[in-house]
Order: sequence, then structure tokens, then C-alpha cells
Amino acid sequence: MRRGRRNGWVGLAYLSPALLFVLIFTVYPLVRMAWMSLHNWSLLTPPRWVGFDNYTRAAGDRQFWVSFGFTLKYTLIITPVLIVGGYLLALLTAHNSPVRRLTRTVVFTPVVIGLGVSSLLWYWLFSTDFGFVNKVLLDLGVIGDPVVWLGVDADRSNLAIIASVVWKVIGFGMVLFVGAIQAIPSDVTEASLVDGASYRQRVTRIILPLTLRTVLLVTLLSVIGSLLAFDQFYIMTAGQPQNETATSVFFVYLNSFPYLKLGYGAALSMVLALTILAFTVVQLLLTRRSHP
Amino acid sequence: MRRRGYLVGAVCLALCAVMLMPLLASVLASLKPTAEAAASPPTYLPGALSLDSYQRLWEYQQGLPVYLFNSLGTAMLTILFTLLLTVPAAYGLARFPVPGKELLFVVLLLALIVPYQALLTPMFLMFAKLGLTNSLIGLAVVHTAIQLPFSLYVLRNSFAAVPRELEEAAIMDGASSVQSLRRVFLPATVPATVTVALFAFIMSWNEFLGALVMMSKSSKFTLPVVLAAARTETSLGGTDWGMLQAGITISIIPCVGVYLLLQRYYVSGLMSGAVK
Repeated sequence: MRRGRRNGWVGLAYLSPALLFVLIFTVYPLVRMAWMSLHNWSLLTPPRWVGFDNYTRAAGDRQFWVSFGFTLKYTLIITPVLIVGGYLLALLTAHNSPVRRLTRTVVFTPVVIGLGVSSLLWYWLFSTDFGFVNKVLLDLGVIGDPVVWLGVDADRSNLAIIASVVWKVIGFGMVLFVGAIQAIPSDVTEASLVDGASYRQRVTRIILPLTLRTVLLVTLLSVIGSLLAFDQFYIMTAGQPQNETATSVFFVYLNSFPYLKLGYGAALSMVLALTILAFTVVQLLLTRRSHP
Repeated sequence: MRRRGYLVGAVCLALCAVMLMPLLASVLASLKPTAEAAASPPTYLPGALSLDSYQRLWEYQQGLPVYLFNSLGTAMLTILFTLLLTVPAAYGLARFPVPGKELLFVVLLLALIVPYQALLTPMFLMFAKLGLTNSLIGLAVVHTAIQLPFSLYVLRNSFAAVPRELEEAAIMDGASSVQSLRRVFLPATVPATVTVALFAFIMSWNEFLGALVMMSKSSKFTLPVVLAAARTETSLGGTDWGMLQAGITISIIPCVGVYLLLQRYYVSGLMSGAVK
């Protein structure tokens, strides 16, 4: 009788605005995107059914593979730096003391700054004639002439951008790793101390295995984020030289908006969404196990 | 043991210095007088302090107030939409025997699985038809769609954690479901609500690609979009570095400010919602 009031249909009424919103602004665009990807369509001409032509066209498009390869390269370089670096920072600061707490706060601060804004900041720092990076390297005598960091050589641009993104997001992994390390029951740590385990043994035999799930989770989040990179390349290189540093999302953006090849852009979006989906499914399975 | 403590302290402080250097450099560069801000090679510290760069930013194109209004307006609307949608939904999911609940939850979290970067093309077409491009409401809708799954997840966990006795006491007193929501659940879930609002603000204030796609009129640009445009074209011929630094400083202040004020909520949100 006491449950009588809490009727399922009343609950559904509470859910319905959010449900309606998701149907209109996520599910419908998703269906529309799938439909668009099977059509040849610019804003000027009516859509024309072309089947899977847009997909086969992508497979034969050199720029598609350049973008995909470049995004993959960026992801493969930045992910280990973020994970290993973030983990080392977490080991350094996991113990609560004023100076370590301060360090955690400071290292995390760039995470809340926008990626667009931090990219502008580093666009300036890496600028050839006006930036501090060249100024410091010249003053220290490391280089003799100013280096052109951005937009001329793809690999050098990639490294500069990776440095800027590491600065911006390394605190994210660190905070999650600190949380996982602090969640290790203290009796486990104490037992190992009684057994005379060295710091190194404690890290490799206890801390690392007990935080492995978080490491995997953060790795997946980093991979997904890196595969979706856009802001930093749009702002720091604008895809130069010759779209060699145009990432996958950048390529979708170029086709859909400046070029208005909407059908082709939609097909590229589908490929992107499916790639990400594979990683997200693994991530959700991992998180599910932690919240039974 | 003691020596190691000092070593850790020294490493920590060195790290802090490295992390803060770029931010400090930007703030200091924003305070350089016009000529010094454009100097090549740059000076490390400003020779004199001046607000010239802020003055130029204030008057840049449509004027800084317009861009601040657009960014802040979008962020506030995003918070409003997100809370209006996810608070009731979290209540419904956590507290009612809704038929097909599991399936509905998956549908609601769909945006977690589909990256919004991929959905922008169809969304743009739809918004163009609805007159929602170049509109703060339209951009706030995009931002709400991005933020909805995380918010719902955090709030549902918080609603589910409210003790059953509190709710039953309210029901015994004859409270309707709306009255229980207002008297019992809203006060009990304030921390989660703050977390959700905080994340919505920071995401919306910072978001770049959606704003770039949805806003084509310069009078509707948000702060990051107008600054990105200003990096290549300015009144001085070359890039106006001083003005750019002023803009970066102004963009950073609100995020870092709310983060430092509400750090506890931010970190708890990060931990509980690491799904995002």
C-alpha cells in the first residue's frame, strides 16, 4: 500500500522531458546522419541516393587516410606520455601533505581551461618570432636560429601540439590515479611494510595491480579524446602544411562546412562514430564493473 | 627518510612552477604596453604595466561585452536546460518503478557513445531549419546534449542514495511526488546539483567546435571563437599578441575561479562520473 503513490507512469512523466530531448537532439540527428551518408548532397542541390558510394569514395580518398594516419600517430604518441606521466605524478602526490595537495591543485588547473584557449596560449608560446619557447631556447644557446614550430613540418607541429596538450590534460589522469591509489585499503599497505617491502616492490606488486582498472579506464578516455582531436590543430596549425595535420574530426569539419559536401561529411562522421563506439563499449564495460 | 621528504617537496614545487609558467607568461604579456607586446624577440617581464591590450580587446570588432554576453548567456542557458531536464529524470529513474527503465537509461546515455563531433552536421541542418543557428538558445541546446548523460548519471546516483525513510516520512505526511521532490530530494542532493551545474558551466564556456559551427555571424561569436579568429586578423596588420593574451586571461579567470572555489565538487564529479 505504501508503494501505491509511487506509480511507474508518474516516474515516466518525470523522465519524459529528458527522453524527448534526447530523441530530438541525439537520436534523430544520428538517424539523419546515417540517411545523409547514403546520399550525394550539397546545400544547393537536392539529395540524391547513391548507396554506399560515399563510403567507397572515402576509402579511395588520399586525404581521408592522411587524416586518419595523422590522428592515429598523434594518439599513439600522446597516450603513453599522458598515462605514464599522470601515473608518476599520482605516485608523487598521492600521499596527503600540504605541498602535495598544492601540487595536485596546480597540475590540475589547466584541465578546467578550455582546449581552444590553451591552444591559443601555446600558439603564442610556440610562435617563431614572438614566442617564449624560441626566446628561452635561444637565450640558453640550445638553438642558434628561431625554430618554426607550427604549420611547416607536420612532425614538428605534432610534437609542439602534444607538449601543449600534455600540459593541459595531464592533471586529469593524475587526479583519477590519486583517487584509485588512495582507495587501496591501508591494511594492505601496512602488511607490505611489515614484510619489509621496498617502495619499488610496493609500487609494482601492490599499487599498480590494484589500480590497473583505473589505468585502463584513463587510457581509453585518453585514446577516445585524442582520436577526436580538433581544437588544438584548427587553432595551432589550421591543418598546415597541405592538410597534413588535419585530424579526422578536422577532415569531417572541412567537408561538411567549408566545402558543404554534406553526404560525404556524414559518411565520414559515421566512420568516426563507429571507431569511437568500439572504444566506448569497452570503456562502459569497465566502468560498469566498478559500480555494481 | 627526511631527505627524501625534502626532495619530494622540491620536485613538487618545481612542477608547480613549470605548470604555472605559461599562465603567468600570458597574464604578464597581457599587461605589456602596446609596443612591447608586439616586440620580437619578446621581453620576459613587462617593462611597464598597462591596460592597453584590454582596451583594444574591449573595442575589438563587436566589442568584448558582446562576446562575454554570448559566452556567459550560453553557459547560463546550458546550466538551466541541463538541470531542468536531468533533475526530474534522475528522480524518475532513481525513485519510480518505471516500465522498461534499463532500456530508457541506455537511450538517455546514448550521447556518451556517440561523439557530438560526429553529430554536428545533421544538427546544423536541423537547427538551420528551426532558426536555431546564430542563437544562444541553439548553442545551449547543443551544449546540453553534450552534458546530459554525465549530469543524469551523477544526479541519478545522488537521488538513489537518499535514504528511503526520508521519502516514506514525506509520503506518510501526504506529500505528493512533486512535494517530496521539493522538500526531501532537492535539499538532499544539493552537492550533486552543484557538481552538475559546475561541469555544465565549464564545458559550455570552453566548448569550441560546436560554437564554431553554429555561430557564423560575428555578433554571435563566443569568446573562444572570436579569439581564434583574432589570432590571424587584427587591426595592427600582424597578430595583436597583447590583445590575444588579454582575451586568454579573461577566458581563463572564470573557469579557474569556480574550480578553485568549488574544487571539492569538481573532484567528486570527476570521480563519480568518470564514465564521461
